[in-house]
Amino acid sequence: MDTAVARVADWWRRVLASDVLHSFRSSRLVMLSAAVAAIYFSGAMLAPWLAPQDPFDLAKLQLLDAFTPPVWMEGGEARFPLGSDNQGRDVLSTIMFGSRVSLLVGVASVLFAMLLGVTLGLISGYVGGSVDAFIMRVADIQLSFPAILIALLIDGMVRLAIPGSRHTELAVLVLILSIGLSFWVQYARTVRGVTMVEKNKEYVLAARVIGVPPALIMLRHVLPNVMGPTLVIATINLATAVITEATLSFLGVGVPPTQPSLGTLIRIGNDFLFSGEWWITIFPGAALAILVLSVNLLGDWLRDALNPKLR
Amino acid sequence: MRLINLVTASALALAAASMPASAKTFKWANDGDVSSMDPFARNETFLLTFMSNIYEPLVRRDRNLKLEPALAVKWGQASPTVWRFDLRPGVKFSDGSPFTADDAVFSLTRANSQGSNMTGYFVSVKEIRKAGDLAVEVETKYPDPLLDQKFAALGMMSKAWAEKNNAQQSADLTKMQENFATRNAMGTGPFVLSGREPDVRTTLKPNAGWWDKPEHNLTEVIFSRVANDATRVAALLSGEIDMIYTVPPQDTERLKNAATTKVLEGPETRVVYLGFDHLRPELLHSNVKGKNPFKDKRVREAFYRAIDVESIRTKVMRGQATPVALMVAPGINGYAKELDVRPKYDPALSRKLLAEAGYPEGFEVQMDCPNDRYVNDEKICQAVVAMLARINIRVFLLAQTRTRYFAQILGPAYNTSFFMLGWSPAATYDTHNPFEQLIQSRPERGKGLFNVGGYSNKAFDALADKIEVETDKAKRDAMIKEAHRLYRDDFAYIPLHQQALVWAMKRNVDLVQPADNSFPLRFVNLK
Repeated sequence: MDTAVARVADWWRRVLASDVLHSFRSSRLVMLSAAVAAIYFSGAMLAPWLAPQDPFDLAKLQLLDAFTPPVWMEGGEARFPLGSDNQGRDVLSTIMFGSRVSLLVGVASVLFAMLLGVTLGLISGYVGGSVDAFIMRVADIQLSFPAILIALLIDGMVRLAIPGSRHTELAVLVLILSIGLSFWVQYARTVRGVTMVEKNKEYVLAARVIGVPPALIMLRHVLPNVMGPTLVIATINLATAVITEATLSFLGVGVPPTQPSLGTLIRIGNDFLFSGEWWITIFPGAALAILVLSVNLLGDWLRDALNPKLR
Repeated sequence: MRLINLVTASALALAAASMPASAKTFKWANDGDVSSMDPFARNETFLLTFMSNIYEPLVRRDRNLKLEPALAVKWGQASPTVWRFDLRPGVKFSDGSPFTADDAVFSLTRANSQGSNMTGYFVSVKEIRKAGDLAVEVETKYPDPLLDQKFAALGMMSKAWAEKNNAQQSADLTKMQENFATRNAMGTGPFVLSGREPDVRTTLKPNAGWWDKPEHNLTEVIFSRVANDATRVAALLSGEIDMIYTVPPQDTERLKNAATTKVLEGPETRVVYLGFDHLRPELLHSNVKGKNPFKDKRVREAFYRAIDVESIRTKVMRGQATPVALMVAPGINGYAKELDVRPKYDPALSRKLLAEAGYPEGFEVQMDCPNDRYVNDEKICQAVVAMLARINIRVFLLAQTRTRYFAQILGPAYNTSFFMLGWSPAATYDTHNPFEQLIQSRPERGKGLFNVGGYSNKAFDALADKIEVETDKAKRDAMIKEAHRLYRDDFAYIPLHQQALVWAMKRNVDLVQPADNSFPLRFVNLK
């Protein structure tokens, strides 16, 4: 018990004294971005309890409430702080629930890409030879296509394979898979590089000499040393994944309108931009921009903070 | 290399500049594409009207929708059961071959054979025969006073062209089949097809050898599909295209007030309605197994009364719709104003009816909907889904583009349990048309071709058959009213509204807007 407490205390002291925390505290912009990101994540996660309205509960919607302007404009109502959309949904609530879908897809697809990329990168770097050549050529081929195109391609193929009614239920999963599959290359390449450096170091050689199986060496010895760069890529990729999801949903191939993400909301609102109901698209758009900006700033900072050459 | 490019570019620029100053290219866009270039591929106003620019009928409609001679100069009933059409001499197809009675007989027969979606217009027809080089006779099983009206929808094709290209029959669109005539067209009409990229653009050029004197002044027509509402409006506002329909209701005001655009409005003869599956023993996608809830009139009434058409009118359609209770709109012969009374919107009663019918917890059903055919179709369906949710009906909505949608829900498969459709009796402007096509029982070949839900009411069938042959107007009108009551009181369908006809165009465009939303290019002028 005492040792556990001591360990936590020791870890905490190391965190407080670390360069990373110092660089975090010395930049107001980074702290602001972290706060914004934290607000988004908690707002999205707690949406069912915090949001004024549940936009997924169709039985609660009233078409007569549609197109209510934001509260500070003429005709606005306190029930709809940021106005309501074409189906009578509260825009603030749809944004909270929408960021939930966007972040879910973003985080899950980054995790999926990371899992795939790190595994392939480790194997490629550690085993080398023709396996390495094969994986890296596949990566090269994939890199020659833009990520969004690959996501569209995968989504289209799944759509053909699965009939319409089933597809809606699986839409989020399909989206995670297609975005994840289009982002794994960066992880694989980075991890491969680091692995090739690490595998010739003494501690790996020592492990090999005493007969540790290759899978265990990769997992226990090499993996912890490649996680730093991977985390940096993951943070920056999170923003890209959220944007990709929004793009796909804006194009109408992402999540269905009954389960709107930020991209779907922007698409729905886009139809009403000319007629003056700007709030239906501008607020979700602003929400998306702020979210992506703050995550990007955090990612940039993390990259610099973890890079010893920049200190 | 670069020099060559430069030379080519300037040559091109010169060529463009030296084009006649009178070049009038008319660009227009719709939210969906023409499903096929085959004039009989689908009995849908949009396809028929587009193809009538290339394939002309025997008798066509003028600016006021009255019949006038086209490829037939004279026509009439030679005897009560024989219609005779005397064809126009000297008409040539755009490939130079002459138009003869053989072509007319071929075209009519083709329209009434497998793969064609127009067979509904041949219910009364017994025989189509040649009566000379320039005369065709059509014998009917019983006197059919509306046959010439029906034939105004059928374009004439060249027999030789169809045979040469192995397109003697229409490719069945419901099975997504194709043949040569699906992407190519060759008729006698005012325009010829000069380019076809399905779902992107279709271009037409005037037919130099047209038999009639052109009223239009166009040198080229470019039709594009622009599915997104905002994009379509933006393209018109920026001057990229000259004319759009469908106009999103939310943007009508803006287009009216813009300096470069104008809006043409009118009531359309089309009724948009929802239909149920009356036939299957079990719904296609539902948690109710072993029975079909829609066979219970109380369930249909519950659905009917749960839908607030007034909210749809004000919020989704922004006032550009008139709620209706009948399957025909004002302006159609046989419309009865005193019967056009919708049962009241009453969700509380709906819940009670559902509980009485044995569904106190509601049930699940899939709704099929087009997303580029009628004004705000998908948005109406979304609103309906939310309204039905309030009476515990959980609806899964599948909205698709028109080509896929109609292929799915139309015959012979009729793969839907709850659907949206719009109907304008554009062929005859008479109530009997929707009676025969939408409401009469399906199994009899020819009748009920668009009775997607398979509604069947023996009393109605008998009455509609009598209406078809009755020539005494007073008697006929009385029977029509009786028939309206039968389907209305049976909650067989949920008529939603008559949509307003709204087109938007640049101010220099002059055109004719018929009430059936057909768009004949031969009246378009660019100033």
